[in-house]
Amino acid sequence: MEVTLETQVESVNLAEEMCLRVAEAAGFGEDDCYRIGMSVREGVINAFHYGNEERPEKKIYLALDLTPEKMVIHVLDEGKGFDLRGVPDPLAEENLLSTSGRGIFLMRAFMDEFQVIPGRTGGAEIIMSKRLPSPGSAGSNGKSHNVEPKKES
Amino acid sequence: MSLRATYREAAGVTVVDIGGRITLGEGSALLRKTIRELLEEQRTLILLNLADVDYIDSSGIGELVSAYTGVKNRGGNLKLLHLTKKVHDLLQLTKLFTVFEVYSDESTALRSYK
Repeated sequence: MEVTLETQVESVNLAEEMCLRVAEAAGFGEDDCYRIGMSVREGVINAFHYGNEERPEKKIYLALDLTPEKMVIHVLDEGKGFDLRGVPDPLAEENLLSTSGRGIFLMRAFMDEFQVIPGRTGGAEIIMSKRLPSPGSAGSNGKSHNVEPKKES
Repeated sequence: MSLRATYREAAGVTVVDIGGRITLGEGSALLRKTIRELLEEQRTLILLNLADVDYIDSSGIGELVSAYTGVKNRGGNLKLLHLTKKVHDLLQLTKLFTVFEVYSDESTALRSYK
């Protein structure tokens, strides 16, 4: 499935909703659907804000592929492209109070595979995937982010 | 679901009850507007009750951080109350638990401002 999205805030919700429908139909459980939906949001936010610089004449291309093993999501913008090595680490002490720069980190954390390549439009193409749940499983086959609650301050 | 935010006074602290999604667009904008209004009214002791916030994206995280630093810069303090599991896990994943004071009980949270 491929769709062309406008460079506007509404495209973020639209992309998330579309991918969630596909993920649910593919058998992903609630936790993985959340992670996939969040990753798609972040990919489209990245294209909207950083790639296309919120310029409405530019487009965002979203593609979803379901293979026998995984769901693959492509998000392509019409920006200048970027090098992942130049993206600051949002967990570094000096970046913790930054008000931006966590989208790439979240996509990497929530998906099984993540890469950025030069896109055919000259912009960046984010490619990320999640392994399909095995039959009979609870549907949550990806990385676990279960964390212990922090003690109350 | 769009964001809702109302506030009330309790023990000298402004408790902001928030519900919905804090995401790019209206959700983040409403949180920003609410905090700005509170600071204009010199309310700098703020407790964000996120009990009904079931979703935050990176834009929403950025807005929470912005609110925190904005309040701190005015000599106040902004703390968080009643995180849902998704929000809790997200703050832990992004190491923001090391920044925010988080409470699961309102009375304890209010006492912490003394």
